[in-house]
Amino acid sequence: MTVAATITPAPGQPAITMTGVTKNYGSFQALRGVDLAVARGERIVICGPSGSGKSTLIRCINQLEQHEGGRIVVNGVEVGPEPKQLEAIRTQVGMVFQSFNLFPHLTILENCILGPTWVKKLPRAEAEAKAMALLERVKIPDQAHKRPGQLSGGQQQRVAIARALCMEPSIMLFDEPTSALDPEMVKEVLDVMLELAGDGMTMLVVTHEMGFARQAADRVIFMDQGQIIEQATPQSFFANPQHERARLFLSQIL
Amino acid sequence: MATTAMPGRGRATGLARSLFGSPLNFAVTAGFALLLWATLPFVVRWAILDAAFLPAVPETCRAAGGACWSFIIAKHSQILFGIYPYDERWRPMIVCLLLLGLLIHSVRPQAWRPSLAIWWLGALAASWLLLAGGMFGLIEVTADKWGGLPVTLILTVVAIGFGFPTGVLLALARRSDLPVIRLLATLFIEVTRALPLLSILFIASIMLPLLVPEAFLPDKFMRALIALYLFASAYMAEVVRGGLQALPRGQDEAADALGLNYWQKQRLIILPQAVALVIPALTNTVIVMIKNTSLVLVVGLFDLISSGKAALADPEWRSPSVEVYLFITAIYFVLCFGFSRFADSLERRAKGPAT
Repeated sequence: MTVAATITPAPGQPAITMTGVTKNYGSFQALRGVDLAVARGERIVICGPSGSGKSTLIRCINQLEQHEGGRIVVNGVEVGPEPKQLEAIRTQVGMVFQSFNLFPHLTILENCILGPTWVKKLPRAEAEAKAMALLERVKIPDQAHKRPGQLSGGQQQRVAIARALCMEPSIMLFDEPTSALDPEMVKEVLDVMLELAGDGMTMLVVTHEMGFARQAADRVIFMDQGQIIEQATPQSFFANPQHERARLFLSQIL
Repeated sequence: MATTAMPGRGRATGLARSLFGSPLNFAVTAGFALLLWATLPFVVRWAILDAAFLPAVPETCRAAGGACWSFIIAKHSQILFGIYPYDERWRPMIVCLLLLGLLIHSVRPQAWRPSLAIWWLGALAASWLLLAGGMFGLIEVTADKWGGLPVTLILTVVAIGFGFPTGVLLALARRSDLPVIRLLATLFIEVTRALPLLSILFIASIMLPLLVPEAFLPDKFMRALIALYLFASAYMAEVVRGGLQALPRGQDEAADALGLNYWQKQRLIILPQAVALVIPALTNTVIVMIKNTSLVLVVGLFDLISSGKAALADPEWRSPSVEVYLFITAIYFVLCFGFSRFADSLERRAKGPAT
């Protein structure tokens, strides 16, 4: 129980270390030996063709998927399927999904305070104050008492970001956060993410928004067939991709 | 909907159009009018004009040509309470008032708090004590003498009140990641659903005592109660499972990602949505279960219908069975229709906007 509370990440320690991580779905190899080290405060954009293992990679970090081989260490704690490990990881790592996944039977505010009150046992008033501050930050405090179904897609995704931030995570995972949005709503979500990046949050973002990658990423990772085949700064990745498959991918999406 | 100037008139022309607007509508309206004209006078004459009311003695009914309501008036206590000793009938009367009162209290959202469960357990325990007696100076009345409405109410409340939470747990167990739990739940649900309720009641009341000495078994009433409860839980489990399957996987994942544990996730996220989705199907199951309680008559328990039949056996009267069954039908209708309205309000509440 106290595992989560006692983690105070050392400054030099990497936020995430993955070594030789593998994952299969039946005979399909989703991840084949992924090695990745993420520094504290680093912003990483992960791209690649569909089925390349991008989502599986970040879902293994908070154990929505269980990896089969290799090791994942988050803030110095080994990631695994034991309830104590899960609790330690999930209170440290926030996640934003492609389809928002807000809880439709609860109000926006209730969505935001659920984790803090039930998992972190925060008093309700304190959790509400913090949630309102974060809703303010994603610019929708006036919607706090509506239900998710009454909000636009862009608003819902901003609430989802606020909901994850309410748990005060040290790492945020984004799984194609703008793919399900109408084009005119993409910007409002990316703006919130840019602001978050500016605040020094450690972020792993699976996205095809190359504008976001150029603006905010420290590193772009290109995946294909369950492996990281190229990683570079956005400037050199976009200007001069090394691999044939990366060139092909960029020519298709840009 | 109607015009602002003359709201009454707008509605009236709308009604006229739907009654006579097309040849088909006209034909249907005329057909029903004809049917009513042919039957209504007879029904009114039988049920009201020619019916026998007071004094509630057999002679009143013999003199009258219509319905014999005198019988219901004279025998209402026997129909409602069966063969329960006559001088003690205030006891089942209090039980009925207690359970019906608590039912009416429980449908209001303001009443939904954990203490309500305690109230119900208390009310059921009090009902049991009051009916059975044998302490506090009450004469003991064994369960084979209980009958009528209190029996129907207790069977219904226990079968549904305990069957629903058990069904929810079974539905969760059937989707569990633990193979043993999943297997046991599946086995229980499939076996219980595969058996007719009648055979389960026979097993509980007749076969079980052949295998296990009677001294180790609860009495016949309790055995029937448990049988109904298990039967209801298996059916409700499958209805709830339908709701669980209809929820998108993302709800589970979002709850996991927030760090909620299994029970928090089910209680706060999954079940409220899954159950709200299956309210119509649950209502259906509950109404079937309310009426299923009448099947206990085959194992010699006196529910409302058996008490009615027993009352009809009095040779003084000319056996007005239609009137008795209409009376019992009315009671069942109030119970089932009442529940249906309650479910309707639950559904509206689940769909309604946030407060």
